[in-house]
Amino acid sequence: MSAATHRRCQLTIIAEFVLEQRLTAAVGRFGAHGYTVHEVRGASYADDGVRSRDGTGDTDRTIEMKIVCERDVAEAIAGHVLQEFAPNFSVRLLLSEVEVFRPGKY
Amino acid sequence: MIDPLILLFALGVAARLARSDLRFPEPVYEALSIYLLLAIGLKGGVELSHQPLAGLAWPAATAVVLGFAVPFMVFPLLRHLVGLARADAASVAAHYGSVSVVTFAIAVAFLERRGVAVESFMPVLLALMEAPGIIAGVLLARAGSLGGSTVLREVAVNKGIVLLAGGILVGFIAGGDGYASLKPLFSDLFRGVLALYLLELGLVVGGRFPDLRRAGWRLVCFGVVTPAVFGVLGLLCGAWMLGLSAGGAVVFGILMASASYIAAPAAMRMAVPEANPALGISAALAVTFPFNVFVNIPLLARLGGAL
Repeated sequence: MSAATHRRCQLTIIAEFVLEQRLTAAVGRFGAHGYTVHEVRGASYADDGVRSRDGTGDTDRTIEMKIVCERDVAEAIAGHVLQEFAPNFSVRLLLSEVEVFRPGKY
Repeated sequence: MIDPLILLFALGVAARLARSDLRFPEPVYEALSIYLLLAIGLKGGVELSHQPLAGLAWPAATAVVLGFAVPFMVFPLLRHLVGLARADAASVAAHYGSVSVVTFAIAVAFLERRGVAVESFMPVLLALMEAPGIIAGVLLARAGSLGGSTVLREVAVNKGIVLLAGGILVGFIAGGDGYASLKPLFSDLFRGVLALYLLELGLVVGGRFPDLRRAGWRLVCFGVVTPAVFGVLGLLCGAWMLGLSAGGAVVFGILMASASYIAAPAAMRMAVPEANPALGISAALAVTFPFNVFVNIPLLARLGGAL
Protein backbone atom coordinates (compact mmCIF):
# COMPACT_ATOMS: atom_id res chain seq x y z
CA MET A 1 0.00 0.00 0.00
CA SER A 2 1.49 3.36 -0.98
CA ALA A 3 0.92 6.44 1.19
CA ALA A 4 -0.85 9.44 -0.39
CA THR A 5 1.20 12.54 -1.09
CA HIS A 6 0.25 16.22 -1.07
CA ARG A 7 1.71 19.20 -2.93
CA ARG A 8 3.58 21.91 -1.05
CA CYS A 9 6.35 24.39 -1.90
CA GLN A 10 9.95 24.31 -0.75
CA LEU A 11 11.56 27.72 -0.37
CA THR A 12 15.36 27.48 -0.29
CA ILE A 13 17.21 30.55 0.97
CA ILE A 14 20.98 30.71 0.55
CA ALA A 15 22.18 33.70 2.54
CA GLU A 16 24.90 35.21 4.67
CA PHE A 17 25.35 33.56 8.06
CA VAL A 18 24.83 36.85 9.88
CA LEU A 19 21.21 36.88 8.69
CA GLU A 20 20.28 33.56 10.30
CA GLN A 21 18.53 34.96 13.38
CA ARG A 22 16.53 37.45 11.33
CA LEU A 23 15.54 34.81 8.78
CA THR A 24 14.39 32.29 11.38
CA ALA A 25 12.33 35.03 13.06
CA ALA A 26 10.70 35.90 9.73
CA VAL A 27 9.90 32.25 8.95
CA GLY A 28 7.95 31.94 12.19
CA ARG A 29 6.24 35.30 11.75
CA PHE A 30 4.88 34.45 8.29
CA GLY A 31 3.31 31.21 9.48
CA ALA A 32 5.67 28.44 8.33
CA HIS A 33 5.62 25.39 10.58
CA GLY A 34 9.38 24.94 10.65
CA TYR A 35 12.66 25.02 8.78
CA THR A 36 16.01 23.30 8.47
CA VAL A 37 19.28 25.15 8.16
CA HIS A 38 22.88 24.16 7.57
CA GLU A 39 26.14 25.80 6.53
CA VAL A 40 27.41 25.67 2.98
CA ARG A 41 30.35 27.07 1.04
CA GLY A 42 30.50 28.55 -2.42
CA ALA A 43 31.67 31.31 -4.71
CA SER A 44 30.41 33.65 -7.37
CA TYR A 45 32.18 34.66 -10.55
CA ALA A 46 32.22 38.40 -11.11
CA ASP A 47 33.87 40.47 -13.85
CA ASP A 48 36.72 41.40 -11.52
CA GLY A 49 37.40 37.88 -10.26
CA VAL A 50 36.08 35.12 -8.05
CA ARG A 51 34.39 36.10 -4.79
CA SER A 52 34.57 33.02 -2.63
CA ARG A 53 32.65 32.56 0.59
CA ASP A 54 34.76 29.86 2.15
CA GLY A 55 33.41 30.07 5.66
CA THR A 56 36.31 31.56 7.59
CA GLY A 57 34.94 34.26 9.85
CA ASP A 58 31.30 35.12 10.40
CA THR A 59 31.04 37.48 7.43
CA ASP A 60 32.32 34.76 5.09
CA ARG A 61 29.97 32.03 6.29
CA THR A 62 26.90 31.03 4.30
CA ILE A 63 23.74 29.21 5.33
CA GLU A 64 21.17 27.31 3.35
CA MET A 65 17.69 27.34 4.85
CA LYS A 66 14.85 25.14 3.61
CA ILE A 67 11.22 25.83 4.41
CA VAL A 68 8.44 23.51 3.24
CA CYS A 69 5.09 25.28 3.42
CA GLU A 70 2.00 26.47 1.54
CA ARG A 71 2.79 28.53 -1.54
CA ASP A 72 1.34 31.77 -0.18
CA VAL A 73 3.51 31.48 2.94
CA ALA A 74 6.61 30.83 0.81
CA GLU A 75 5.84 33.83 -1.38
CA ALA A 76 5.30 36.06 1.66
CA ILE A 77 8.64 35.00 3.17
CA ALA A 78 10.41 35.45 -0.17
CA GLY A 79 8.90 38.92 -0.61
CA HIS A 80 10.06 39.95 2.84
CA VAL A 81 13.61 38.63 2.26
CA LEU A 82 13.85 40.34 -1.13
CA GLN A 83 12.69 43.66 0.31
CA GLU A 84 14.64 43.63 3.57
CA PHE A 85 17.88 41.86 2.78
CA ALA A 86 18.49 41.43 -0.95
CA PRO A 87 19.60 45.05 -1.57
CA ASN A 88 22.62 44.80 0.75
CA PHE A 89 23.30 41.13 1.47
CA SER A 90 24.20 38.07 -0.58
CA VAL A 91 20.90 36.21 -0.88
CA ARG A 92 19.64 33.52 -3.28
CA LEU A 93 16.02 32.32 -3.30
CA LEU A 94 14.75 29.18 -4.98
CA LEU A 95 11.17 27.95 -5.04
CA SER A 96 10.24 24.42 -6.02
CA GLU A 97 7.25 22.14 -5.75
CA VAL A 98 7.60 19.14 -3.49
CA GLU A 99 5.34 16.29 -2.39
CA VAL A 100 4.89 15.62 1.31
CA PHE A 101 3.32 12.71 3.17
CA ARG A 102 1.89 14.50 6.20
CA PRO A 103 0.30 17.76 4.98
CA GLY A 104 -0.61 18.92 8.50
CA LYS A 105 3.10 19.31 9.24
CA TYR A 106 3.54 21.97 6.57
CA MET B 1 65.34 33.02 17.27
CA ILE B 2 62.06 33.62 15.45
CA ASP B 3 58.99 32.69 17.48
CA PRO B 4 57.39 29.48 16.12
CA LEU B 5 54.00 31.21 16.43
CA ILE B 6 55.08 33.67 13.75
CA LEU B 7 56.56 30.92 11.61
CA LEU B 8 53.28 28.98 11.73
CA PHE B 9 51.39 32.10 10.66
CA ALA B 10 53.82 32.53 7.75
CA LEU B 11 53.38 28.83 6.89
CA GLY B 12 49.61 29.35 6.68
CA VAL B 13 50.00 32.36 4.37
CA ALA B 14 52.47 30.47 2.16
CA ALA B 15 50.24 27.39 2.01
CA ARG B 16 47.27 29.46 0.92
CA LEU B 17 49.25 31.36 -1.70
CA ALA B 18 50.56 28.03 -3.02
CA ARG B 19 46.91 26.89 -3.27
CA SER B 20 47.36 24.05 -0.81
CA ASP B 21 44.22 22.12 0.10
CA LEU B 22 45.02 22.65 3.78
CA ARG B 23 42.07 24.18 5.63
CA PHE B 24 40.55 23.99 9.08
CA PRO B 25 36.87 23.08 9.31
CA GLU B 26 34.82 26.13 10.36
CA PRO B 27 33.75 24.56 13.71
CA VAL B 28 37.44 24.04 14.60
CA TYR B 29 38.28 27.66 13.71
CA GLU B 30 35.38 28.85 15.81
CA ALA B 31 36.28 26.54 18.71
CA LEU B 32 39.86 27.82 18.69
CA SER B 33 38.71 31.44 18.80
CA ILE B 34 36.28 30.64 21.66
CA TYR B 35 39.12 28.98 23.56
CA LEU B 36 41.49 31.94 23.07
CA LEU B 37 38.94 34.57 24.10
CA LEU B 38 37.88 32.61 27.18
CA ALA B 39 41.46 31.74 28.19
CA ILE B 40 42.58 35.38 27.97
CA GLY B 41 39.51 36.50 29.93
CA LEU B 42 39.85 33.85 32.67
CA LYS B 43 43.56 34.44 33.16
CA GLY B 44 43.04 38.22 33.28
CA GLY B 45 40.21 37.83 35.80
CA VAL B 46 42.25 35.57 38.08
CA GLU B 47 45.23 37.93 38.07
CA LEU B 48 42.91 40.85 38.68
CA SER B 49 41.52 39.10 41.78
CA HIS B 50 45.00 39.32 43.34
CA GLN B 51 45.36 43.07 42.73
CA PRO B 52 43.77 46.20 44.21
CA LEU B 53 41.27 47.57 41.71
CA ALA B 54 41.92 51.23 42.51
CA GLY B 55 44.68 51.58 39.93
CA LEU B 56 42.42 50.34 37.15
CA ALA B 57 39.93 53.22 36.92
CA TRP B 58 42.13 55.74 35.06
CA PRO B 59 43.55 53.31 32.45
CA ALA B 60 40.06 51.82 31.92
CA ALA B 61 38.44 55.21 31.34
CA THR B 62 41.26 56.25 29.00
CA ALA B 63 40.98 52.99 27.04
CA VAL B 64 37.23 53.47 26.51
CA VAL B 65 37.62 57.10 25.44
CA LEU B 66 40.48 56.32 23.03
CA GLY B 67 38.65 53.28 21.61
CA PHE B 68 35.68 55.54 20.90
CA ALA B 69 37.82 58.39 19.54
CA VAL B 70 39.94 56.42 17.03
CA PRO B 71 37.15 55.99 14.42
CA PHE B 72 36.44 59.74 14.51
CA MET B 73 40.14 60.41 13.88
CA VAL B 74 40.53 57.99 10.97
CA PHE B 75 37.14 58.61 9.35
CA PRO B 76 38.16 61.86 7.56
CA LEU B 77 41.30 60.15 6.25
CA LEU B 78 39.26 57.25 4.92
CA ARG B 79 36.77 59.62 3.31
CA HIS B 80 39.16 62.12 1.73
CA LEU B 81 42.55 60.41 1.35
CA VAL B 82 41.48 56.81 0.74
CA GLY B 83 38.36 58.01 -1.08
CA LEU B 84 35.78 55.71 0.47
CA ALA B 85 32.03 56.33 0.57
CA ARG B 86 30.57 57.32 3.94
CA ALA B 87 29.29 53.86 4.92
CA ASP B 88 32.51 52.13 3.82
CA ALA B 89 34.68 54.68 5.65
CA ALA B 90 32.60 54.30 8.84
CA SER B 91 32.81 50.51 8.65
CA VAL B 92 36.59 50.49 8.17
CA ALA B 93 36.94 53.09 10.95
CA ALA B 94 35.02 50.80 13.33
CA HIS B 95 37.45 47.95 12.59
CA TYR B 96 40.36 50.21 13.60
CA GLY B 97 38.57 51.59 16.66
CA SER B 98 37.97 48.09 17.99
CA VAL B 99 40.85 45.77 18.88
CA SER B 100 42.36 42.43 17.88
CA VAL B 101 42.48 39.83 20.63
CA VAL B 102 45.02 37.68 18.82
CA THR B 103 47.40 40.60 18.21
CA PHE B 104 47.15 41.28 21.95
CA ALA B 105 47.92 37.62 22.72
CA ILE B 106 50.95 37.63 20.40
CA ALA B 107 52.27 40.86 21.95
CA VAL B 108 51.94 39.42 25.48
CA ALA B 109 53.59 36.15 24.36
CA PHE B 110 56.40 38.16 22.70
CA LEU B 111 57.07 40.08 25.92
CA GLU B 112 56.75 36.99 28.15
CA ARG B 113 59.42 35.21 26.10
CA ARG B 114 61.75 38.11 26.85
CA GLY B 115 60.86 38.19 30.54
CA VAL B 116 59.11 41.57 30.31
CA ALA B 117 56.27 41.94 32.83
CA VAL B 118 52.86 43.29 31.79
CA GLU B 119 50.18 44.70 34.13
CA SER B 120 47.65 42.03 35.07
CA PHE B 121 44.70 44.29 34.17
CA MET B 122 45.59 44.55 30.47
CA PRO B 123 42.93 41.94 29.45
CA VAL B 124 40.34 44.25 31.08
CA LEU B 125 41.48 47.10 28.82
CA LEU B 126 41.28 44.68 25.88
CA ALA B 127 37.67 43.81 26.75
CA LEU B 128 36.75 47.46 27.29
CA MET B 129 38.18 48.49 23.90
CA GLU B 130 36.17 45.98 21.85
CA ALA B 131 32.83 47.79 21.74
CA PRO B 132 33.34 51.60 21.77
CA GLY B 133 34.98 51.69 18.33
CA ILE B 134 32.11 49.70 16.82
CA ILE B 135 29.51 52.04 18.32
CA ALA B 136 31.48 55.04 17.03
CA GLY B 137 31.55 53.46 13.55
CA VAL B 138 27.77 53.06 13.56
CA LEU B 139 27.34 56.67 14.67
CA LEU B 140 29.59 57.83 11.83
CA ALA B 141 27.70 55.76 9.26
CA ARG B 142 24.32 57.00 10.42
CA ALA B 143 25.30 60.61 11.02
CA GLY B 144 24.96 60.47 14.79
CA SER B 145 22.09 57.99 15.24
CA LEU B 146 22.32 54.42 16.52
CA GLY B 147 18.94 53.65 14.96
CA GLY B 148 17.33 51.98 17.99
CA SER B 149 18.63 49.65 20.66
CA THR B 150 19.26 46.66 18.35
CA VAL B 151 22.79 47.76 17.51
CA LEU B 152 23.76 48.30 21.14
CA ARG B 153 22.29 44.95 22.15
CA GLU B 154 24.02 43.10 19.32
CA VAL B 155 27.36 44.72 20.14
CA ALA B 156 26.94 44.02 23.87
CA VAL B 157 26.12 40.32 23.39
CA ASN B 158 28.65 39.79 20.62
CA LYS B 159 30.37 36.47 21.33
CA GLY B 160 33.80 38.10 21.61
CA ILE B 161 32.64 40.47 24.32
CA VAL B 162 30.60 37.81 26.16
CA LEU B 163 33.58 35.42 26.25
CA LEU B 164 36.20 38.00 27.14
CA ALA B 165 34.21 40.02 29.68
CA GLY B 166 32.47 36.89 30.99
CA GLY B 167 35.82 35.12 31.34
CA ILE B 168 37.26 38.06 33.29
CA LEU B 169 34.25 38.06 35.61
CA VAL B 170 34.37 34.27 36.16
CA GLY B 171 38.14 34.35 36.73
CA PHE B 172 37.80 37.27 39.14
CA ILE B 173 35.07 35.54 41.19
CA ALA B 174 36.74 32.11 41.13
CA GLY B 175 40.21 33.44 42.00
CA GLY B 176 43.41 31.44 41.88
CA ASP B 177 42.06 28.45 43.86
CA GLY B 178 38.97 28.07 41.70
CA TYR B 179 41.03 28.45 38.52
CA ALA B 180 43.57 25.77 39.53
CA SER B 181 41.47 22.94 38.08
CA LEU B 182 41.10 24.78 34.74
CA LYS B 183 44.73 25.80 34.49
CA PRO B 184 45.95 22.69 32.62
CA LEU B 185 43.53 23.47 29.79
CA PHE B 186 43.46 27.26 29.73
CA SER B 187 47.05 28.16 30.67
CA ASP B 188 49.33 25.21 29.93
CA LEU B 189 47.90 24.56 26.46
CA PHE B 190 47.45 28.24 25.54
CA ARG B 191 50.51 28.66 23.34
CA GLY B 192 49.82 25.42 21.50
CA VAL B 193 46.25 26.44 20.70
CA LEU B 194 47.43 29.92 19.72
CA ALA B 195 49.89 28.23 17.34
CA LEU B 196 47.08 26.23 15.70
CA TYR B 197 44.94 29.36 15.44
CA LEU B 198 47.76 31.31 13.81
CA LEU B 199 48.31 28.59 11.22
CA GLU B 200 44.63 28.85 10.30
CA LEU B 201 44.76 32.64 10.41
CA GLY B 202 47.68 32.53 7.96
CA LEU B 203 45.48 30.54 5.58
CA VAL B 204 42.70 33.13 5.95
CA VAL B 205 45.08 36.06 5.42
CA GLY B 206 46.57 34.41 2.33
CA GLY B 207 43.05 34.10 0.93
CA ARG B 208 42.41 37.81 1.56
CA PHE B 209 45.19 39.11 -0.69
CA PRO B 210 43.02 39.16 -3.85
CA ASP B 211 40.57 41.45 -2.01
CA LEU B 212 43.40 43.93 -1.46
CA ARG B 213 43.83 44.36 -5.19
CA ARG B 214 40.19 45.44 -5.35
CA ALA B 215 40.52 47.65 -2.27
CA GLY B 216 43.37 49.65 -3.81
CA TRP B 217 46.79 50.85 -2.71
CA ARG B 218 45.48 53.77 -0.68
CA LEU B 219 43.65 51.45 1.73
CA VAL B 220 46.79 49.28 1.95
CA CYS B 221 48.82 52.38 2.91
CA PHE B 222 46.15 53.28 5.45
CA GLY B 223 46.47 49.77 6.92
CA VAL B 224 50.19 50.31 7.53
CA VAL B 225 50.38 53.99 8.51
CA THR B 226 47.44 53.91 10.95
CA PRO B 227 48.82 51.18 13.25
CA ALA B 228 52.31 52.70 13.06
CA VAL B 229 51.01 56.09 14.25
CA PHE B 230 48.50 54.81 16.81
CA GLY B 231 51.01 52.28 18.13
CA VAL B 232 53.47 55.04 19.03
CA LEU B 233 50.69 57.28 20.40
CA GLY B 234 49.40 54.37 22.52
CA LEU B 235 52.89 53.61 23.77
CA LEU B 236 53.50 57.22 24.80
CA CYS B 237 50.03 57.50 26.32
CA GLY B 238 50.55 54.23 28.24
CA ALA B 239 53.95 55.26 29.57
CA TRP B 240 53.35 58.95 30.33
CA MET B 241 49.61 59.39 30.91
CA LEU B 242 48.69 56.04 32.44
CA GLY B 243 51.98 55.34 34.19
CA LEU B 244 52.17 51.77 32.86
CA SER B 245 55.33 49.68 33.00
CA ALA B 246 57.39 49.37 29.81
CA GLY B 247 55.64 46.06 28.98
CA GLY B 248 52.20 47.49 29.75
CA ALA B 249 52.85 50.55 27.57
CA VAL B 250 53.90 48.32 24.66
CA VAL B 251 50.72 46.26 24.99
CA PHE B 252 48.61 49.43 25.21
CA GLY B 253 50.33 50.67 22.06
CA ILE B 254 49.48 47.41 20.31
CA LEU B 255 45.86 47.65 21.47
CA MET B 256 45.68 51.11 19.91
CA ALA B 257 47.40 49.84 16.76
CA SER B 258 45.37 46.68 16.26
CA ALA B 259 42.22 46.34 14.19
CA SER B 260 39.36 43.96 14.90
CA TYR B 261 38.61 41.13 12.50
CA ILE B 262 36.20 39.06 14.63
CA ALA B 263 33.83 41.38 16.52
CA ALA B 264 33.77 44.41 14.21
CA PRO B 265 33.09 42.70 10.84
CA ALA B 266 30.02 40.81 12.04
CA ALA B 267 28.66 43.77 14.03
CA MET B 268 29.18 46.26 11.18
CA ARG B 269 27.72 43.86 8.62
CA MET B 270 24.39 44.00 10.44
CA ALA B 271 24.54 47.61 11.65
CA VAL B 272 25.70 49.16 8.35
CA PRO B 273 24.69 46.64 5.67
CA GLU B 274 25.30 49.05 2.80
CA ALA B 275 29.05 49.06 3.58
CA ASN B 276 31.30 46.68 1.67
CA PRO B 277 32.38 44.13 4.34
CA ALA B 278 35.49 43.07 2.39
CA LEU B 279 37.22 46.45 2.86
CA GLY B 280 37.49 46.50 6.64
CA ILE B 281 38.28 42.86 7.16
CA SER B 282 40.86 42.77 4.35
CA ALA B 283 42.67 45.85 5.61
CA ALA B 284 42.56 44.62 9.22
CA LEU B 285 43.58 41.05 8.46
CA ALA B 286 45.76 41.12 5.38
CA VAL B 287 47.62 44.40 6.06
CA THR B 288 47.42 45.58 9.66
CA PHE B 289 47.60 42.20 11.41
CA PRO B 290 50.82 41.07 9.64
CA PHE B 291 52.29 44.57 9.99
CA ASN B 292 51.64 44.53 13.73
CA VAL B 293 52.99 40.99 14.17
CA PHE B 294 56.13 41.32 12.07
CA VAL B 295 57.03 45.00 12.50
CA ASN B 296 55.05 46.89 15.10
CA ILE B 297 55.34 44.57 18.12
CA PRO B 298 59.17 44.31 17.93
CA LEU B 299 59.43 48.02 17.10
CA LEU B 300 57.21 49.14 19.97
CA ALA B 301 59.01 46.77 22.35
CA ARG B 302 62.32 48.40 21.37
CA LEU B 303 60.87 51.92 21.70
CA GLY B 304 59.18 50.95 24.98
CA GLY B 305 62.47 49.75 26.42
CA ALA B 306 64.07 53.06 25.49
CA LEU B 307 61.42 55.24 27.14
